[in-house]
Amino acid sequence: MEKNLILQVKDLNIEFHDHLIPETVVYDFDLDLRVGEIVGLVGESGSGKSMSALAIAGLLSRKDMKKRGQILFDGVDILTCERNVLRKIQGNDIGIIFQEPMTSLNPLKKIGWQVEEALRIHTELSKEERYYRVIEMLRDVELEDAERIYHQYPHELSGGMRQRVMIAAAMICNPKILIADEPTTALDVTIQAQIVELLKRLNREKQTSILFISHDLSLVRQLCRRVMVMQGGYVVETGDTEEIFNHPREAYTQKLIAAIPKVVRKS
Amino acid sequence: MKSGKKKNYNFIVGGTITGLMLIFIIIGFFYTPYDPNAMDPSAKFAGISLKHLMGCDNFGRDILSRVMKGAGTTLSVAAGTVFIGTFFGIILGAVTGYFGGILDEILMRVNDAIFAFPSILLALVFISLLGSGTYQVVIALGIAFIPSFARIVRSEFIKCKNMDYVKNARLQGAGHLRIMFVHILPNTFTVLLSAIMIGFNNAVLAEAGMSFLGIGVQPPQASLGRMLSEAQTYLFRAPNYAIFPGLVIILMVLGFSLLGDALKREE
Repeated sequence: MEKNLILQVKDLNIEFHDHLIPETVVYDFDLDLRVGEIVGLVGESGSGKSMSALAIAGLLSRKDMKKRGQILFDGVDILTCERNVLRKIQGNDIGIIFQEPMTSLNPLKKIGWQVEEALRIHTELSKEERYYRVIEMLRDVELEDAERIYHQYPHELSGGMRQRVMIAAAMICNPKILIADEPTTALDVTIQAQIVELLKRLNREKQTSILFISHDLSLVRQLCRRVMVMQGGYVVETGDTEEIFNHPREAYTQKLIAAIPKVVRKS
Repeated sequence: MKSGKKKNYNFIVGGTITGLMLIFIIIGFFYTPYDPNAMDPSAKFAGISLKHLMGCDNFGRDILSRVMKGAGTTLSVAAGTVFIGTFFGIILGAVTGYFGGILDEILMRVNDAIFAFPSILLALVFISLLGSGTYQVVIALGIAFIPSFARIVRSEFIKCKNMDYVKNARLQGAGHLRIMFVHILPNTFTVLLSAIMIGFNNAVLAEAGMSFLGIGVQPPQASLGRMLSEAQTYLFRAPNYAIFPGLVIILMVLGFSLLGDALKREE
């Protein structure tokens, strides 16, 4: 295994087994993620991007979903390791941001409480230490007035602020990987750009590897050096972002690129 | 929880009635005009007067004092019933809703079987096993009330368990119990609260019904249902004997159901 390889997924197949006829949603997924790298994962809805991401985070039920292949995190196979090992990895080393900031925060718990949760479970920090860590983290994701936000509820914040809170909650234990599952889809364009900038900065400063899932190719182009294109459960194309943008091999990738709105001057 | 400009009259009226009833009952615990069990042969079937505001019964006992004590008994039994029903209902509903699968199937079919029985009939079965008495009534009715709470909690858990914030909590390393009772349970409280109000109603009626049949609270302890059953012999001679306990039952039930309705609408 390469030295700075943090995550290696080999031949991952995901099948649903909760109905009589098993249904495969992801075929032969391969991924290498190096320390400090941002990899983009693009594709239309239902192409298996989120499923792959959830599998990597270890969030798919072991009973209903049969997974073949390997997900090696720092050498530990997430698919077969002990549950308590998995939980330790999940809490400390993997963070996730979901698409919909409305449902990814618990509506009845204060922001501070939710950001603190991972610390409460995985560390022995005292209440005050946790408080300062959270405030620091909230400031780090560029939220002004962190002390006030600490005591607020999710419904009192805007969508962009909530997504920043989610990033803070995901980053509080300094994870090695951050999975961003369409983090900007529910936001408007200016906030999108800010969130992307924030992710870029966090990646640079903390050397967190990011798996950035999106269907917005222009965002992926801004953020990622490497990109994978998925369609119908298969990875159809993978490689250097600029390479793929300039010389897409697959017809599907060409279509996706053609779908990016362009600014054209009227003559 | 804001309902906008329109005033919630159900809440105001229901709250007022329930509040007044509670005051009435609480006073009854500490002070009654006469000893509720003291007989005064000279005051047999005394009508409504300043001395006896609600008149006297066939033994010359002051009806007002007995209604005050009896309402307290009825309310305590109802509270105990609802407590047992809610407590076990939450546990059952949480486990079945959260884990699902075969456990859910088995427990919920048993639940359905209990639910299919009319609650009074079921309580009668338990009473015949346990013997009659106040505590037995609480236990019997409590068991009969578990299924309805379990169903409500289960459906809320099923709704919440696929929310992103639950996935996020799992990734943060929270255990199943923590997710069930710290992350999800508070989100069921709005629905649960109106169910508790309605459950209270049914419990008051069930207790009154059981005492009316003579299997609940034992004489000489006063209870509203018991008073009604004693009053039916003298319905024409002393209508006030039946009217006042009946009125108190009506007001109690009305207050709770208006409150429950108001809370439901606030959701």
